[in-house]
Parts: sequence; structure tokens; C-alpha cells
Amino acid sequence: MLNYLIRRLLYMVPILLGVMFITFALFNVVNTPRQMAYRILGPKASVQAIDNWLNNHGYVDKEGKELPTFFNTAPGKNPFDSLYFRSMKRFATFDMGRSFATDEPVMTMIRRGALPSLCITLPAFVVGLFLALSASLLLVFVRDSLIDRWGTVLCVASMSIPITVYVIYGQLVAAKIFPWFPAFGFNLEGFSTVRFIALPVVIMLISGLGADVRMYRAIFLEEVRAEYIRTAQAKGASHARVLLVHMLKNGMISVITLVVAALPFLIMGTLVLESFFGIPGLGNLMTNAIQTSDFGVIQADVYLGSLLYLFGLLATDICYAAVDPRIRLQ
Amino acid sequence: MPIWLSNLLILTGCAAFAALLRAFLFTERSRRALNRLRRDRVGVVCAVLIALFLLAGLADCLQLHPRQSLLDYAFRNVPREAGYSAPLARVTFNERDPKPLQGRHLFGTDLLGKDVLLQTLKGCKTALIIGGLTSLIYIPVGALLGILGGYYRRWVDDIVQYLYSTLASIPGILLLVAVMMTLGKGLDRMAIALSITAWIGLCRLVRGETFRQAAKPYVEAARALGQSHTRILLFHILPNVMHLVIINAILGFSGLVLAETILSYLGVGAPVGTPSWGIMIDSARMELSREPAVWWPLSAASGALFVLVLSLNLLGDSLRRAFDPKAG
Repeated sequence: MLNYLIRRLLYMVPILLGVMFITFALFNVVNTPRQMAYRILGPKASVQAIDNWLNNHGYVDKEGKELPTFFNTAPGKNPFDSLYFRSMKRFATFDMGRSFATDEPVMTMIRRGALPSLCITLPAFVVGLFLALSASLLLVFVRDSLIDRWGTVLCVASMSIPITVYVIYGQLVAAKIFPWFPAFGFNLEGFSTVRFIALPVVIMLISGLGADVRMYRAIFLEEVRAEYIRTAQAKGASHARVLLVHMLKNGMISVITLVVAALPFLIMGTLVLESFFGIPGLGNLMTNAIQTSDFGVIQADVYLGSLLYLFGLLATDICYAAVDPRIRLQ
Repeated sequence: MPIWLSNLLILTGCAAFAALLRAFLFTERSRRALNRLRRDRVGVVCAVLIALFLLAGLADCLQLHPRQSLLDYAFRNVPREAGYSAPLARVTFNERDPKPLQGRHLFGTDLLGKDVLLQTLKGCKTALIIGGLTSLIYIPVGALLGILGGYYRRWVDDIVQYLYSTLASIPGILLLVAVMMTLGKGLDRMAIALSITAWIGLCRLVRGETFRQAAKPYVEAARALGQSHTRILLFHILPNVMHLVIINAILGFSGLVLAETILSYLGVGAPVGTPSWGIMIDSARMELSREPAVWWPLSAASGALFVLVLSLNLLGDSLRRAFDPKAG
């Protein structure tokens, strides 16, 4: 197991380096620091103001000269004193710099946004998982019937509506029917939080349910066709027992890996939902950053999101190896 | 570019696309699948609906005059109003001082007095451009890399795997936003940004299937007959993974249309003024907060979007069943 774990970790190193490189390239090469400065300060900003901005955000060396992109070839300089190696160092130490818009350290903003995001995503995820599993088991139980057929169509239909439409209609309907739940705002003071998070949680739940049910149904259907199911039926186990004991156990392996991979992302929040309901989470932070061209925050978000993905991948592999010994030996 | 040239290019493109599709459908396997699809009522209805959307989009691409497309020509008798008006209303949507309208509008008119039905149909063109342009970029890339990785294995496969696992590590929507932020607004840029994330799924799928196909006896037989790798890839393996590419392209198209609405909402999507469903849905936030609410542009845009995406998804599922009846 330890051997396997070390192999997985080593496998991740080049991918992490690749992610760092892409993030760096997007925000330093495709968009040079000078271009970003002009985007923030406006096209008519003076050269002096631009230089000042570059200086404040660490894009120049000690003598006030602009850093080269990859290697510092100037005589007498450290060849690694360049934008690329500085970025790598900052990524490695989680120093995400300051927001371009508010000048606040990005990590502080992210730490502040994590909890509100979790308030929305965690309940929606847990309840959604439970509902999706029950619904998909039901569909598998009545497989190849009219209910199964139209249930699947319903799932596809719910996947065909963009999240923005869910949110717009949801907010409109909810504000008319349940005026007790505020359509905008957030606080973290005990029970009143529930009032604020109820609507976004329900909308997130509904918008994600169709895709989950369809996926779990496909997983379970594959299991149902396996031979051990026929064996169980042949020895006289009841239909419900075959489904809920024999099949669920095996099907859950795939489900758990999916769930574990999704867990780290809960902290990232939801892009569209949060800004609609005024929840000061990470999704809202990102939406604001997009509107204000705050590349500092976007860069941090992209990088941290990738780290979370890799973390989820690792956790998935560990879970998979733990429940299925065959994997470890490959 | 002169109008006749752009029209000609568009028509040639469509003809080339149709010829390609026909060439693929000529194989024994696809014909059997199509026969099965013909008996699937849902699939047929979806295919017809998608064809209608494509026709509407195409009609808006073909131009008669510099500022008039075929679609505009069909709507030439629909007058432009002064502002909002409800569906089939006779007066403008203004409580204090309603003015009589010059014509009737099935889906009403928007803020600038344009017919919402026409705007919705024009949205087909935008969806078509985004979906089509992106597919043109990502399908060749994804399919090629997938086939190469699955067939040659070893270091080729290592490179392909490294490329897609690195890109897949960055959450799709964040990467999309980041690329759009650095490239700037525009439909062509959106196609590039969407391609960067879209090819990963296709590549994985094709790679896996090529892996399976390459182990089959027919490949070995072709090899024993002395055929070159290129020939085996093009004439033996590609036809056998092509159905996956087509199914993935259809399902992917729906994802691209949905992604456009999210990007437009975030303000990094289509430029303002493009008749796109994403922008219509986004502007509905303001319209719904008016009293009384202006609900028809949102309903028309989201309705059209829903029908297109649902048809694409259901057709993709039907095709998958038709090609692989055992999978169910």
C-alpha cells in the first residue's frame, strides 16, 4: 500500500509542474504584466503609474528593471531571477500575492470565503447524494419499464437547463411563494443562516440532481448485468436483497470514488449561484474578480482549484486501492 | 470579403460536412445502427428538431445584402417597435402611456423593440458558430491524439496522457474563464477557449477504444499482410472508433451551448450586441426585476436553448443505443 501511495505521489509531480506552468503562462506570457497593468489602471495611465504598479506587485527586480520571462540572461544577474521562477516559488509557498482590485492578500480573501461556500455546497452535496442514490436505485429496480424510460428522459431534461435559468426562475418563484426566505444576503449567526442558505441549497440540489441520478443509474445498471447478480437470484435471494445488498456493495465502489473526487471542490463554491444570492463565498469572489479583471485572484483560484483536483484524485486512488486490492498490484 | 464569397464558403463547408457524414454512414456498421435509430421515435424527433435549428442558423449565415441575412429577409414584414411589448399585444408595454404597435409579435419585443422570435432564431446562428467552430478545432485534435496514444502506446501514449491529465487537473470552468480573460471577448476566442477543455473527454474515450481495437485480430491480420501503421490507423481503426467521435460530438455540442450561457453570464462570453441566448438570459435579470416583470425574452431564449440541448442529448443517447444495442 505504501509503495502504491508513493508511486501515485510521484506520478503527480510532473502534472503539478504542468499545472503551474499553464497558470504561469496564462497570466504572465499570454497576458504580460504590463498589459495587465494597463487593464487595471486604464489605457490612459501614465508610464510612471504603470511602473509603480509593476513594482508593487513584484514584477520587477531590486533595481527597478522589469524581469525577463524565463531566464535572466543579463550579465552579472542570477539566471533564475525571472518571472517564471519567482512564480514557481510563490506557488510552492502558497504566496498568492495581492488582489489587483482591492490590494488585499489573496489568501486572506480565500480563507474568508471558504466557510460561506461550504455552507451552501456541503448540505446540497450530502442531501443530493442521498436523493440521487435513492432515485437511481429506484430506476434500476424498475429497469426497462416505462418509469425508468421517462425517468431517464426527465434526468436528461433537467441537465439541459443552464444553471443561470435555474437560478433566475428559482429566485423568482421562491420570492413569490416563500417570502420568509430572503432572496439575497448572508450571515453566519446560528439559526438565521438557515434562512439565507435554504434557497441556494435547494436550487443547487435540483440543478445537479438529474446528472447524478443518470450517472449512478448507469453504474448500477452495469453491476446488475454482472454474473454474480444472476447467481444471487438463482440461489433464491429476493429481488430487493439482490439489489440492496449484493449490487449496492459493489456499485458503491465506483460511487465512492466519484464522491471522494468531488469532495475537495465543495470548498470552491458555485460560480453563478453565489453572486445571485449575495453569498460572500469563493464563487462570488471569482465572479467579482472576473468583473473587475482581478487577475491576481483568478490566478490563485485556478491554481488552488487544480491543487484540490489533484488532491481529490489522490484521495480517490487511495480509497479505490483500499476497497479493491487488485488495484494496488498493477 | 464579398457576400457571394462568404455565402459560397458557407455552402461549400456544409456540403463538405454532409459528404463526410455520408462517407462515414456508408459503412456496414453505421447503416445497421441507422436502421435501428429509425425505429427509435424519440431519436427521430430529436434529429428533426436539431435539423430545424441548423437550418435557422444557416439561414442567418447566408447574406443577401451586407446587413440583411436570409432570416432577416423572411422577417422583413415584421416592424420594429419603440420598446418592450408583450407577446401578441396591441400596445407597447408601458402602463402610463401605451402606444399602439405597428404589428403583432408572437413572442413580443425586447428593450430595443426588436422582435423576440427573430432574436431567438438569430441565437441559433451564435450557438451554431460556437458549437461548430469549437467542434472543428477540438474533434480533429482529440481524435488524432487519442488514436495515436491508443495505437502506438509507450512514449506517445505517455505524452498524450500527460497532456490531458495536466489540462484536466485545472477545473474546466476556471480554465475557461482564465483563458477568456486573457484572450478577451469574442466568438472565435470563445471557440478556442472551449476547445482547450473539450478535447480531453474525446481524447480519453478514443484512446481507450483504440486500445481495445488494436488488440483485435483484424489489426494483427492487417499488420501480417504488410500494411503500414498509417494505413491501419486510417482505414481500419478510425472507422471503428468513428461512431464514438460522432456521439461525443453531438453530446459535446450541447455542453458547449450550455457553457456559452455561463460565460455570457460571467461577462466573458459573447460580445455585447451579439444575438445569443446566453446574453438574452443574462439580461433577463434586469427585466424580471421590473414591475410588472418582462418575462418573454427569457422564456423564448431559455425555451429554444432547452429544446436544442435536450434534443442533442437525447439524440446522442439514441445513437449510442443504436450503435451498441447491448449497452441499453
